[in-house]
Formats: sequence, C-alpha cells, structure tokens
Amino acid sequence: MQKIKPFDHLILILGTLFLCVPVLMALMSSTHTAVDIHSNGLFITPGSNGYATYEKVLTHRGGFTGDVTGLLMLKNSLIMGFGFAIGKIVLSMMAAYALVYFRFRFATVLFWMIFATLLLPLEVRIMPSYQVMSQLHLLNSYTGLIVPLLASATGTFFFRQFFKSVPDELLEAARIDGAGPWKFFIDVLVPLSKTMMAAIFIIMFIYGWNQYLWPLLMTTDESFYTLMRGIKSILQVWVGSQIPDYNEAFALAVLAMVPPVAVVVIFQRMFIKGLTESDK
Amino acid sequence: MAELTLNAVGKTYSGGVKAVSGVDIQISDGEFIVLVGPSGCGKSTLLRMVAGLETVTDGEIHIGSRLVNQLDPAERDIAMVFQNYALYPHMTVRDNMAYGLKNRRTPKAEIETRVAEAARMLELGQYLDRKPRALSGGQRQRVAMGRAIVRQPAAFLFDEPLSNLDAKLRVSMRMEIRKLQQRLGTTSLYVTHDQLEAMTLADRLVVLNGGRVEQIGAPLEVYRKPASTFVAAFIGSPAMSLLDATVEGGRLMLEGHVLAEVDHKAGPVTLGLRAEDLRLVARGGVPMRVEYIEELGAHRVVHGMVGDQSLAVVDQGAEAPGDLIHIAADPARLHLFDAATGQRIDVRSRVGEFAR
Amino acid sequence: MTDTPLSAQGPTAPSFLHRLRDWWSGETANPVKRVQFGHGLTPWLFVLPQLAVVVIFFYWPSAQAVTSSFYIEDPFGFGSTFVGMENYADALGSKEYLSTAWFTAFFCVVVTALALGIGLLLAVKADKVIRGAESYKTLLISVYAIAPPVAGLIGMMFFDMHMGPFTRLFAFFGHELRVGVDYWDTTIALITISVWKQIPYNFIFFLSGLQSVPVSVREAALIDARSGWRRFKDVTLPLLAPTAFFLLIINITYTMFDTFPIIDVIVKDKPANNPMTLVYKVYLDGFKGNDIGGSSAQSVILMVVVAALTVLQFRFLERRVHYG
Repeated sequence: MQKIKPFDHLILILGTLFLCVPVLMALMSSTHTAVDIHSNGLFITPGSNGYATYEKVLTHRGGFTGDVTGLLMLKNSLIMGFGFAIGKIVLSMMAAYALVYFRFRFATVLFWMIFATLLLPLEVRIMPSYQVMSQLHLLNSYTGLIVPLLASATGTFFFRQFFKSVPDELLEAARIDGAGPWKFFIDVLVPLSKTMMAAIFIIMFIYGWNQYLWPLLMTTDESFYTLMRGIKSILQVWVGSQIPDYNEAFALAVLAMVPPVAVVVIFQRMFIKGLTESDK
Repeated sequence: MAELTLNAVGKTYSGGVKAVSGVDIQISDGEFIVLVGPSGCGKSTLLRMVAGLETVTDGEIHIGSRLVNQLDPAERDIAMVFQNYALYPHMTVRDNMAYGLKNRRTPKAEIETRVAEAARMLELGQYLDRKPRALSGGQRQRVAMGRAIVRQPAAFLFDEPLSNLDAKLRVSMRMEIRKLQQRLGTTSLYVTHDQLEAMTLADRLVVLNGGRVEQIGAPLEVYRKPASTFVAAFIGSPAMSLLDATVEGGRLMLEGHVLAEVDHKAGPVTLGLRAEDLRLVARGGVPMRVEYIEELGAHRVVHGMVGDQSLAVVDQGAEAPGDLIHIAADPARLHLFDAATGQRIDVRSRVGEFAR
Repeated sequence: MTDTPLSAQGPTAPSFLHRLRDWWSGETANPVKRVQFGHGLTPWLFVLPQLAVVVIFFYWPSAQAVTSSFYIEDPFGFGSTFVGMENYADALGSKEYLSTAWFTAFFCVVVTALALGIGLLLAVKADKVIRGAESYKTLLISVYAIAPPVAGLIGMMFFDMHMGPFTRLFAFFGHELRVGVDYWDTTIALITISVWKQIPYNFIFFLSGLQSVPVSVREAALIDARSGWRRFKDVTLPLLAPTAFFLLIINITYTMFDTFPIIDVIVKDKPANNPMTLVYKVYLDGFKGNDIGGSSAQSVILMVVVAALTVLQFRFLERRVHYG
C-alpha cells in the first residue's frame, strides 16, 4: 500500500537543493561580471555577461607564458579522459583475458603482482613517481600524463570478474568450431563485453577527466595544462588582485564539470551499472 | 479463522490496464480455494490484493466481518507463503518464524510454544538455529510454511509456493500442505498455474482468464462440466480436444459423420471430447488416422486426425502411426460449446451413430 | 563469480611446500575455467602491456619510496646519506606530524559519518517515493561527476570571506567565518565540501543495495510488521550491512586521499594555521619543502595504513560474496 508521504519528498527536495544549488549558482554567476559578483554576491538568476566571459575564458591567452587558452585546456582534458579510458580498457581486458583463459607458468604470481596495485593509490607514492617520471623524461608529455595512471588493477579486476561469469560452454563451443585464442578473443569475448566496456568507459573517462594531483606534478609546460590544472593557476593569480575574476573562475569550473556531468546524466543507467559492478 | 468475501473486486493500474475485474467469491471458514489460470490471468494480483500488497481499485474485500480495503497488510490478520519463500536471509529459522509474532507483542513464552509446535509439525526442529542459506529448497519451503502457521492467522495466502521445487518434492509437499490445512482448518487461498496441483488441493477451484472468473466449482464439477472452451482446454490432462462441428436438423455432425441427435438450433458448434471418454470400436464410429502415440505405461494416448482436425484418445491397444482406427463415445460425455462465445451449451443428446 | 583475489589460492592444499610449488608454477587448486588455452607465448603477449605499466609505474616508485625513506637527501641534490630509521623517527616524533595525523583521523570520522548518513537517508527516501523518483535520482547522482577541485572552487566561493553565502549565513548567527585563516573555520569548509562531493556516491550504492533487497522479502516484512521504522531496522538495515561496510572503507579512503584537491584549493599551499591531511603533508614536505627522505617515510607509513584497510576490505568482500 503506497501512500504519498510529504515528509519523504521534503527530505529529498532538501537533499537535492543542497547538492544542486551550488552547481546552479556557479553556472548562473559565471554569466555576471566580476564587479557585480564582488558587490552583490553569488547569483541564482542568469546575467548578461555570459558570452563575454566564456569567449574570454575559451580564447584569450592567459597564464604566465601567455600560451594557454580555455580551448586548449579543454582539448587536453579530453585527451586525458579518452586516453585514460581507452588505455585502461585495452590493457585491462588483455591482461584479464590472459589470467582467466590461459594456463601458464607464473600465472598466479602475475595475478598477485597486478592485483597488489589495488592496495596503494597513486597519492601515497607521488614523490617517487615524480622522480621516476623525470628520470624517464616523461614530464610534460601526454604519455606521462596518462600511462602511469593505468598502473592500477581496477579495470583488470572488473574484466576478470566478468570473464569468469561468461559460460564455459562458450569457449568449448568456440574450440570445437576451430577458434584459437586470438579468434576467440576478437570474435567472441570482445563483442560479448560491449556493454561492460561502455560502462567502464564512462567511469574511467570521468576518472581521467577529473585528475588533479598528477597533472599538477607532471606539467610545467602550459601547453599541456588540463582544465583541472587551469583551476589551480587561476587561483594562484588571484592572490593580490583587487577584485578577483570570480566570473572567469566560475566559467572555468562550468567548463570543467559540464562534460562529465553530461556523460553521467545521459548514460545514467550504464554509469550506475559500471560503478556498482566494478567497484565491488 | 474466518470467512473471506470478495465483492465485485477489480484492479485497474494507473496506466488504465485492467488486471482484474468484477470478481465475486464467497469463501467459507476453513475452505481451501485454489485460484488457477495461465500466467497473466490476474490470479497473483487478486491474491496480493487480498494480502494488501496491491491496492483495490474496485469492489470490497472482507476478511471475517472486517472490510480490509484500506488496511495495511500487517493489520489484515493474514499470513502469506511466497513463491521464492521470502525468508529473511539474516535471521535464523527460529527468528524468521518468530518475527511476525514479536511485532504483534505476543508474549515470549507463547512465541516459543508456537514456534516449537510448528517446527515439530514441519520436522524443522534440528534446523531452528540455522540461517536460510544453509537449508535446502524443500526445507526453506517448510520454514515459509512455518512462518505462516505460527501466526495462526484468519487466512493463509499461498502464491505458487511449490513452483521452485523439483517434481518429486512438489508432489509430497502438495500432500503435506493439504493435510496441514485440514488439520488446522484455516481458510486458504492458493494461487497456481498448475491445473494438477489445483485439482488435487482445492475444495473449490476458481478458474481465471484475462482478469475475469471463468468458473467456480469443486474440482470434479469443473472437470465434468467446464463452463467454457477455455476451462475445458485448461483443466484435465491430456487437454480436451476441441473440434469444429455443426448441428444440422437436430443432428450433431463432425466431418460428415453423425455423432448424436441434439436439441439445438442448426449452425456451427464447438465439440469437446476428453481423450479418456473415447473408446475404439471395430466398425462404425468416426474414422481417425493415427499420427503419433504417447506411451505412458499405464495407458497410451493416441493422437490422430479426423478429417483435418486433431483428436486424442486414451487406449490400451497396439495401433501404430498410419493405422486407421474407429472411435466412439457415450453421447452423455459430449461437451458442446457455442462456436462464437465459447460458452457451454447444455443440451440433451440422444444415441447416434457415434455410440454404436 | 564466487572468488575474489584473496581466495584464488586453493584454500586447503596438503602441505605448505606443495602449495608454494603449485602457486609458483601457476597451477591453482581451482582453475578459473574448466577449459583453458594451453601454454605458449600468447598469454604473455596479452598480459605484457599491463605488466610493464605496473612494474614501471607502480613497483619501481614504491620501491624508491621505501629506499629513499632511509636516506636524507642533500637539499641541493648533490648526494644522499643513509640514516636508517631516522626519517621515520623524525616523522612520528614531530608534533606537527602527530597533529596532522589526528586531524586526518577526525576528518575521516566526521566526513565518513556525515556522507554515509545523508547518503543513506536520501537513498531510503528515493527508494520509497514513486512520483518523481527518476528526477530525484538524476539530480542527486549528477554531482558525482564533478571533480574534487571544481567542488573545492565552488565551495571556496561559498565560503569566500567577502561575498560567500555561507559566510553571510554564519555572520547572521553572529560568527565571523574566516576560512583559510582560522583553523576550525577552514575545517568546517573542508568538511562541508568533502561531504557534499561524496554524498552522490554513497547514494548510488545505498540505492542499488536497497533495490537488490528482494521484493518478496520486503512484502513479507510488510505482512510481519506494521511500523515502517521497525521494518527498516529489522529487515532492510541488516541486509544493507555489506554495502555499508564496503562504503565505510571507500569513504575512509576517499577522505584520506581524494580530498587532496579540495584541501589544495582551500588552503592554497599556505599551511600556516590551516588543517591538512597526511597526504597533503607528504606533498608539501616533498615538493614544497624538498624533504624527500621525510616525505618518503611518510609515504611508506601511509602505504601501510592503506594496505591494511584494503586487505580488510577484501577479506570482508570474500565473505560477503557468499552472503544470502
């Protein structure tokens, strides 16, 4: 017997407001001028300065060397998100395939070597990682931005679980039909994993897009700045300025959050599936 | 224990889909009623409306003298056995059975007595401290039964409780449920899609089709006098053969053969023949070409064609596919249905060529 | 899907040596698949890319962290001296380190408790209502995708000393909020932003946990108990326990590590009188203070803590898979 309970809705509305109003205010305030914000506070209604602000943030060269524009940072963030998601899927699917479908020497040792990476997040070894990267001359490069982040077994773990749930009969049938390990992988397993790949892609894209600490360390050359790195530098410029560029900071924040939020909202079902099944 | 009255009960979902409509059932105290029908016929919805798990959009449901339409499930004094048992996975068998009683502030000693009694009846004594996951399917089923029994409710509601068990266990549990119910004398409403289960358990059957009641009656009554072609085809195994026949000048004709003389206006009718009512004759009768044979041990079911219509006959003989056999039946055992509506036509039929 | 990494080893092999040999040669007691492809080079080709990345970017730096934690590096980079456990002793003995550790613990407890509590409350309500459920869900989930630094930036504006709405709110109640200057005011801001960012994650998991409670079990509870609170406490909550435990570990890890950008945005490299977490201190000491040995020692201490947490989580996961 379902009855409408106003109290339940009240709590949900309060929760939704708490979570969403700050985002809305960031969006709205980005369309007002810095002076306006400085004297009147944040806005919940749209202003008229939006075009000018976004035009400036996207195209005007800024930063210390005067090289970096919002568009460039947007491009770098996209490279980071796509590169990380694709790299993660390719590496982890291959490794999981080897670990699940092959019987070979040292398989268990390899298994433990790879899965031990789940123990330690990047943050606890940033200093030595930085040193390694500089020894390898990978600072200020896309490789340096993306590849080290792939050294975690989350994706491998997920695909391993998925492959284990694939019925054994499928491999048996494929072998009877004369498929070898490569054919089986490409003709059977990859097509079968499509939804899983999509779900993982969404999670990993957001993860890559949202990286902060690693780009902060890896990039001193502004042409490699991502939006997250841009946020750091816009705040550094603030120190000492009379009226900080509130509107531009908000515009940058909006640029940085629109793509991942859009992905989550549009692919909500798949995103939840990927999240709840991969993290467990 | 109580009577159960359903008065013009109906269910319309918010989208406008009618799941159940105009159901009138009067269930007396201690009666075992089985709701039977194919999937999607509304039998589960009806049961869940009695339980209070679905709202009642039309009509009234009374349990005893109380109108329960607006009551919460916990206030209706019913107990339910679910298809997948719905045991609380984190509670022991004992706690599963005691939970409903605890919430009703039953004294501790009383709870213990009742749980012990139910455990004894269901032979669950040694499993009381186990969690459901450590039990077999049959044992879980018993716990679900026990949870209902300890409550001593006004009515038991069963939602296909045996369909998750294997065939052998199903038959023995069926017997146990019937014995338990007779011993406790609790009014019961039981949902199943299995007509055999329905026939063996019920005091009275309610055959549902498309959310409406097709027929209510004792199992044998429904079997002998199905109210419609739907009931005729659904109850009984092998299913009743339904053939197109005609009445011409007071004579019932099938594929050019006169079967009997009937008091009915001329025109097409649907003829129903149960395989077990037919017999083989050496000459006369209706010729049938044998197509294939189901060997069942005790007897065999011979399937064949009369003209271009199929028919089944129960027999002990030794005919083979391809043979031409002749069949006949007692005219009293012919079932006639309106060709358009499928409703039963009660006519007196006299001896015809068919019976010779 | 019954075993997790920790149970891949055969649980009851005859002898230790025997087990070790099997383990080493890759012959596990229960192979993952009934039929597998044979030996040869192919599996190596498949596993090699991941292996290379792991070795170069995980094991090498981790080993380096351990090594350099035993050395003191010359600030000008001319050489280093072996000092044994001195870096550890320095870290664990320093008042600053200990107060950072205490703050991290406090921060973890408060953020985790609030984020879990609010997440659970919202999930329970969203699971209950029918009208508008999808819209609530979409809105509540969307914040998940916002990066911590963006959350930090928006939060910073809300706590801005000049025009932040929260600052004005506090002023209304007679408290002058000075985020970035006052220790506890900054703490309030950090907690608010960190909780805000983490609620959607907990909400998603609690909601999917709630929705995986079988409908018939809920209905059985509906027949057994009149009060909704009782049904929640006796049936729903125990069935959510595994999800809650999983989230507990995740939230602790989140507060320890993923709040880094939030702290960085709010505190802005000015540790002066501001609270910070252990990870932030590792970063400050290593990159701003150039104390590589000390920073590495702190890293290693953190590694031990995190590894312990993760092992705990896996051990629990293993049991949880067999639940129900």
